[in-house]
Amino acid sequence: MLGLNSKDTSLLLVVAALTMLAPFILNPFPEGSELAQFNAGYPDLMQRFVIFGIFAIGFNILFGLTGYLSFGHAAFLGVGSYGAIWMMKLVTLNVIPAIIMAVIFAGLFAVVVGYISLRRSGIYFSILTLAFAQMSYALAYSVLTPITGGETGLQLKSTDNPIFNNLAEGEIGRASLFGMDMRTSFELEAGAWLFTFNVGYYIAAVFMLLAFYMSIRIFRSPFGMMLRAVKSNQNRLSYTGLNAKPYTLAAFVISGMYAGLAGGLLVAMDTQVGPERMFWTASGEVVLMTILGGAGTLIGPVLGAGMIKYMENIISKINDNILHQWFAWMPDGLEDFTVFLIHPFIGKGWHLTLGIVFMLVVIFLPGGLVEGGQRIGRMLKGRKKTSGGDGDPEHHPKPAPHVAE
Amino acid sequence: MEAIILQILNGLDKGSAYALIALGLTLIFGTLGVVNFAHGALFMIGAFCAVILQRLLSLSHQVVDETRTDFLGNPLKVDVPYVYDWFGEAAGQAIINWSVPLAIVFSIPVMVAAGFAMERGLIKYFYKRPHADQILVTFGLAIVLQEIIKYFFGANPIPTPAPPAFTGSFDFGALIGLENIIYPYWRLVYFLFSMAIITAVFGFLQFTTFGMVVRAGMADRETVGLLGINIDKRFTIMFGLAAAVAGLAGVMYAPINSPNYHMGMDFLVLSFVVVVVGGMGSLPGAVLAGFLLGILESFASLPQVIDIIPGINQIIIYLVAIVILLTRPRGLMGRKGVMEE
Repeated sequence: MLGLNSKDTSLLLVVAALTMLAPFILNPFPEGSELAQFNAGYPDLMQRFVIFGIFAIGFNILFGLTGYLSFGHAAFLGVGSYGAIWMMKLVTLNVIPAIIMAVIFAGLFAVVVGYISLRRSGIYFSILTLAFAQMSYALAYSVLTPITGGETGLQLKSTDNPIFNNLAEGEIGRASLFGMDMRTSFELEAGAWLFTFNVGYYIAAVFMLLAFYMSIRIFRSPFGMMLRAVKSNQNRLSYTGLNAKPYTLAAFVISGMYAGLAGGLLVAMDTQVGPERMFWTASGEVVLMTILGGAGTLIGPVLGAGMIKYMENIISKINDNILHQWFAWMPDGLEDFTVFLIHPFIGKGWHLTLGIVFMLVVIFLPGGLVEGGQRIGRMLKGRKKTSGGDGDPEHHPKPAPHVAE
Repeated sequence: MEAIILQILNGLDKGSAYALIALGLTLIFGTLGVVNFAHGALFMIGAFCAVILQRLLSLSHQVVDETRTDFLGNPLKVDVPYVYDWFGEAAGQAIINWSVPLAIVFSIPVMVAAGFAMERGLIKYFYKRPHADQILVTFGLAIVLQEIIKYFFGANPIPTPAPPAFTGSFDFGALIGLENIIYPYWRLVYFLFSMAIITAVFGFLQFTTFGMVVRAGMADRETVGLLGINIDKRFTIMFGLAAAVAGLAGVMYAPINSPNYHMGMDFLVLSFVVVVVGGMGSLPGAVLAGFLLGILESFASLPQVIDIIPGINQIIIYLVAIVILLTRPRGLMGRKGVMEE
């Protein structure tokens, strides 16, 4: 279907089903129950899941396929965001032109940055991209204030009057899709459960599915094979008479455009943007997402993005009182001690948890969560079929054994 | 003339910090071939060594002072640091005031131990993995370290004053026959201190047998190993040394910039740029580029320069890095064949 083989089609269908039913799946606990705080099915968080999923999918096209580790990808997200907000401020409040603008802006910027950065590889490439991102951040923060709004960033204001919208005097525009307000939500009450269906989320989800489909096509295309060749051995590629540069540049620009799309969607959802979106920690975050989920796999980045955003929003909400409730069944002293032990990892300490999880993944599961899942799957399979063998149908090139060690 | 000298001086303290961190990064990279993203965290831990020592020295117990009363007429309770009891009040106060220089002694064993623990406990397992994995795992470690510091010390900067003898400024111009070059004492101390450390590190590598073996190992690790020398052990010691250099840079930087948990990351990004500009794997290059970029940054902050090119002070370092990487791909003093896969 759609030019995919049956395995990819089923993967795409599963992802489509998951994203479309997300308001149900992410809200497994009844409203008002103790566990309701683990519900992630509210619009703001769900939007972030899919938007950062797009960002990570794009990053994965660069890092997962070519092995070039960019430490400045947030710059494209930021540039896209600025492009989108200006489109909404000046031309129309419809989100589609804004998103298109974001993708174009980010793509153009990626051409410039990529053309220069890709002249070097390895750590030099990482530093160059980092340098560009930090430069964009510093400029957006200081000199370019007339365009970027400096520290406060840009919001839709009552003074903005887009050409194609007839806003009343003093009315603050709202992002919409052909008249449908992005913030409209339909609520469905089913027994004790409350499900929210948000227009913005579904628009973002559709974009994510498109982005995901594109990434599958890229992974399976001859172009994707070339990118993998760049990763496994660039020298051998150039000995066969092929120039790797156009391929890597194309991958860089594509992934920059993905980042721009994510930036445009972010603006479409909350109609604001600030320079901190381009800070290098934001670039680091997308690296974390991709690695955590599994670089070079299709579904990994989406999983990683979802996991990090879930941790950010849910773990940071847990506090000592909640812990005491959970461990109330323990004897008093032990209860306090357990809460004391867990305390550094929750609430504001969620970054610590993230760092530890990330380190464990890099150390023990270089393939990320996806590899973890595969290993568990293989273990289960191995128990059923005693012979087991290489249950993995995909071709995994093993590193060549080093003769001199 | 005065303005130029002043800008050079202003660039020196930041340049010294860049140079020291970049020196440590290059030592680790040159010996072990590891790109250490957690090096900034070591710098930060060094700065917090100064904070910890200051707090330890100020540990106090309450004593009822009969001679003074509070507003209700009760005898006043005063906090008396333990060092007052042990060394007398004047000496005790002096010890507390001099906690930052004392932290140098305190931090060296701490940092060396931290370096050993990092190398033996984590980085050892990453020599055969790709550079990207090394970057990622040390990046993760940096996050963990900085969050631990944040958990114990909070997110706000902690003022750590220099000894009273070195607070304030002096007229540097008077020393060289010019006028009106006011320069803080501590920054001069920092510069001299960093020069001493840099000299010590180079001297150690150049004039001791140990240093010679390490240099040989940097040039050709396998051959040194074939000669029956346990090069890994020496490289581990070099990692400890690099950690100590970063830590000392942090300790002495504490009075200039109050330590906070993200100072390491802020410096790390710039230090990497410094290393790359200096040339990956070149020790003199790292030092030279550190001072050069520090001074360039301070010149770019001149109001006259900002008037011509607004915002240049924010981006000058990155701009220089981009230009250098594109025109001299190996950096200022890079060696052939290092990181050129």
